[in-house]
Amino acid sequence: MTTMTQTAAKADTGLLPIVSTALAGVFLIFFAGFAQATVFHDTAHDTRHAIAFPCH
Amino acid sequence: MTLKLLSSAVFAGFAAGLIAVLLQFWLVTPLLLEGEEYETGAKTHFEGVLVVVEDSEGNIVAPEEEAAEVAEEEENLMARHATTFFMNMVVFSGFGLILVAGFALAAQFGHQVTFHSGMVWGLAGFIAVQLAPAAGLYPELPGTPADNVVLRQYWWMTTVVTTITGIAFVVFGRGLVYIVIGAALLAAPHIIGAPHLPYYAGFAPPELSALFVSRTLFVMMIAWVVLGGVAGYFWHRQTD
Repeated sequence: MTTMTQTAAKADTGLLPIVSTALAGVFLIFFAGFAQATVFHDTAHDTRHAIAFPCH
Repeated sequence: MTLKLLSSAVFAGFAAGLIAVLLQFWLVTPLLLEGEEYETGAKTHFEGVLVVVEDSEGNIVAPEEEAAEVAEEEENLMARHATTFFMNMVVFSGFGLILVAGFALAAQFGHQVTFHSGMVWGLAGFIAVQLAPAAGLYPELPGTPADNVVLRQYWWMTTVVTTITGIAFVVFGRGLVYIVIGAALLAAPHIIGAPHLPYYAGFAPPELSALFVSRTLFVMMIAWVVLGGVAGYFWHRQTD
C-alpha cells in the first residue's frame, strides 16, 4: 500500500513545478551563455568559449 | 516536490560545474589564452617563418615579453579565472535544472531515473547541448572570426531544442512514426545548416583550434556524465 501511494505521488509531480524548474534553468543559461550586454559577456567570456557556446 | 527538483539539480550542478572548471583550467584555458595571443597579435601564425624581425646587426630577434606587463596580467588572470569558476557553477546549475525537469517529466510516464540511468541522461544532454551544435558551429577559439553572433545563437538554440525533442521521440516513442519524426528533428538543423562566413579568417594555427575543439568536447562530456549521474543519484534517493 505504501509503495502504491509513493508511486502515485511520484507520477503526480504536476506540470507546473516541472515547467518552472526548466524555466529557471533556461534563465540561468541565458544570462551566463547568451546575454550580449557587455557585463554578462565579459564575466562569462572564458566559460562561453570553454563550453562551446557562440560567444562573439 | 519542487524542493526535490531544485536540490537534485543544484547538487548535481555544483558537482559537475566543479569537475568542468578544474578540467577546463587544466586542459582548455591554456589553449584559450594562447588563442587570445594570436587574436591580439602578440603571437602570429607562422612566426619565425614568414614574420622575421631582425636587429641592426642582422640577428633574428625573439619577441620579448615585458616583466611588468606579465605580472599585471597574472593578477587579472586570477580575477578572470574566479569569474569563470562562478559562471561554470551557474551554467551547470542551469543544465541541472533542465535535466531534472526531464527526470520529473519522464516519471510522469513511469520512467524512473537512477545514478546509472542518470549518466546516460547526462550523455544525451552532452549530445544535445554540445555535440550536435558543434557539428554546425564548432567551439570557437578566441580569435576565430565568425558570422553574426545572434544568428549563430538562434541556430544553436534551435539545434539544442530539436535535438532534445528528437532524442526523446526516438528513445521514448512507441512505434516507427515516433522514430521517423525524431530522426527528422535530429537532422533538420543540419540540413538547414549553421550560419558561417563565406571565407576563412582565423588567426590561430589550425592545430591549436583543433585541439581546443576536441578538448572542449571531451571536458564537457565528462562534466555532463557527472551531472547526470549525481542528479540521478539524488533524484532516486529522494524518491525512495
